[in-house]
Amino acid sequence: MTITLNHYLLVSGLLFAIGFAGVLLRRNIITIFMCLELMLNAANLSLVAFSRFNVGPDGLPNFNAQVLVFFIITVAAAEVSVGLAIIVALFRARQTTHVEDIASLKF
Amino acid sequence: MDTARLFPWFILLNPLIAAVLILVATRKNHGVSAVISTLSAFFGLAAAACAWTSPEVHSAVQWIDFGNALQIPLGVKLDHLAKVMLLVVTGIGFLVHLYSTVYMEHDESKARFFGHLSLFMFSMLGIVLADNFAMMFIFWELVGVSSYLLIGHWFTRDAAGKAANKAFIMNRLGDFGFMLGILMLWATAGTVTFDGLEDQKAVLAQNPYFLGAAVLLVFCGAIGKSAQFPLHTWLPDAMEGPTPVSALIHAATMVAAGVYMLARLAFLIELSPVAGMVIAWVGAITSILAALMATQQDDIKRVLAYSTLSQLGYMVMAAGLAPDVEGGAAMFHLWTHAFFKALLFLGAGAVIHALHHEQDIWKMGGLSKTMRITTATFALGTLALTGCPGLAGFFSKDAILLSAFAHNKALFGIGLATAFLTAFYMTRLFAVAFLGKARSEAAHHGHDCPRRMTWPLVILAFLSIFAAYGAVPHWFGIEHGDAPKIVPTLAILAFLTGTGVAWMLYAGAEKEPLSLPLFRNKFYFDEIYGAIVAGTQDVLAFIAAGVDAIVLTVVRAVGGLTLGLGYALRLFQVGNVQAYAFIFGLGVVTLIYFLVFR
Repeated sequence: MTITLNHYLLVSGLLFAIGFAGVLLRRNIITIFMCLELMLNAANLSLVAFSRFNVGPDGLPNFNAQVLVFFIITVAAAEVSVGLAIIVALFRARQTTHVEDIASLKF
Repeated sequence: MDTARLFPWFILLNPLIAAVLILVATRKNHGVSAVISTLSAFFGLAAAACAWTSPEVHSAVQWIDFGNALQIPLGVKLDHLAKVMLLVVTGIGFLVHLYSTVYMEHDESKARFFGHLSLFMFSMLGIVLADNFAMMFIFWELVGVSSYLLIGHWFTRDAAGKAANKAFIMNRLGDFGFMLGILMLWATAGTVTFDGLEDQKAVLAQNPYFLGAAVLLVFCGAIGKSAQFPLHTWLPDAMEGPTPVSALIHAATMVAAGVYMLARLAFLIELSPVAGMVIAWVGAITSILAALMATQQDDIKRVLAYSTLSQLGYMVMAAGLAPDVEGGAAMFHLWTHAFFKALLFLGAGAVIHALHHEQDIWKMGGLSKTMRITTATFALGTLALTGCPGLAGFFSKDAILLSAFAHNKALFGIGLATAFLTAFYMTRLFAVAFLGKARSEAAHHGHDCPRRMTWPLVILAFLSIFAAYGAVPHWFGIEHGDAPKIVPTLAILAFLTGTGVAWMLYAGAEKEPLSLPLFRNKFYFDEIYGAIVAGTQDVLAFIAAGVDAIVLTVVRAVGGLTLGLGYALRLFQVGNVQAYAFIFGLGVVTLIYFLVFR
């Protein structure tokens, strides 16, 4: 069985769905955060797959998508640092990391 | 500039100086104020007497200059018409000043009174001497202001304040037409000076309809100021002012300004006979309506006020009928009327003064025994007004009736009926107030007033007899030629029957034998005007309320919609981050569905 682009995309979609489900269903913010990272990496996976399967006339893959992946990894690292800092600050203020406890912004 | 040219300026500015002096400097000092004002009135009279023999003067300085479009000079024109009017204004003005020094002796704001009186003299002389319409209009308004101030002299009384407002507002109504008329004349002739307009007669006559409309609009000013129908209702109410003011302003001078203006305009009325006819009919209607109203009034001053209205109607009728020789019969009647009507008002003032402000004629009676000079002079004034042969009023009324007889028989009939009614109500007034038995405590203690009050009465009584003798009718271009004898005969008949009927009804009467509510209530003019004004207001208010309701409905609908949407959208704000994320995801899925699969 040859591995085609569709397989990669299927795995990527599954990863994204799992991540989104985690974001929606999990209570712990840190877990939600990890699920977010999962969604980002699902996107990265699909980008790399597109790059690998999009070979030009010179026999080389299209590197644009891979450059974009690097960017996403960088931004994700930055985002993680900021997000974790917020979570730490939140925990200090509220002594909790559960989302249902942080619901005061409603009418 | 030689002295002859400066002379009219002196006449004009002399009372202004007095007014400013009093109102600025001597407001606290009543005696000095009265002296200043009376002296200025005396100087005015002396100057007017000197002006009589001096040559005609026309002196003007440029005031507003818009090149060819509009030039308004500030000028005085002392011609024959102005000289006659000057004599009336300053002569009666001086006598009224003299009389006021006693009548207003114990008034708390005597200085203010005299200041305003001088201001009035200034404005009135301005109208008389003005050489152009713009200047006349300014003084016209100034007269309105000083009349307002003087009617409202006792402003703490509610009725006086209201009467002052009414007079001013009614005058303004007419003055609006006056201004439009001036603008129309200027639009055609390109000038507002009387001389300039007369030079442009040919241009003005080219469009008779436009000219007629302009003349009638200018006449609106006279309707207001001379209290002609339908703006006549302010004059009887103006009797709330002090009696000397009624004598000077609301009988002899200010209300005559309208007639004077028509005399100035005579050359224009001549060009537009239709407008002249309308003017004559307005005057005739006023004269008969006012005479009918006068027959049932109980207040001594109000009877005289309606009589003034009626006589002004006569003058306006004459001015509209025969606008030749600068007003002619109208100015002649203005001249004689000024004397006997001022006399009657001052006489009424003497009665009111002696009876401690009792004005109801049914509470007087028997005054002939205690107030001899007043009664004698009042009787002479009554006879002059009713047109007793031999007195001044007879000749001037005769001149008007003659002119009406020559031009329009219907107007002549109205004039005759008015003459009959005049004799009727004046005899009623005299018989009830002065003859018979005293009908109240105050009437028992009547007494003649001090000399400074009786002297003006005597002088005016003298003038009421002799003001139409000698060369006087010629001043107004009235010639006693081969006039039809039937006119004076009918006039004398009207006088005799009027007096006789009134004598039979009222001699020795204790209370009103006739009851004519229509006349007593002045044909319900005040009520009708009130209803019209109130009705218009109600309709306008109703419409405005409807518009308001529509606007408010729209505004409230928009507001309610926003509020409802807000309530609906609030339901999404659950506070749970994951719910938001779910909704967000749902939105993204929907977006992708629409972007990719549709």
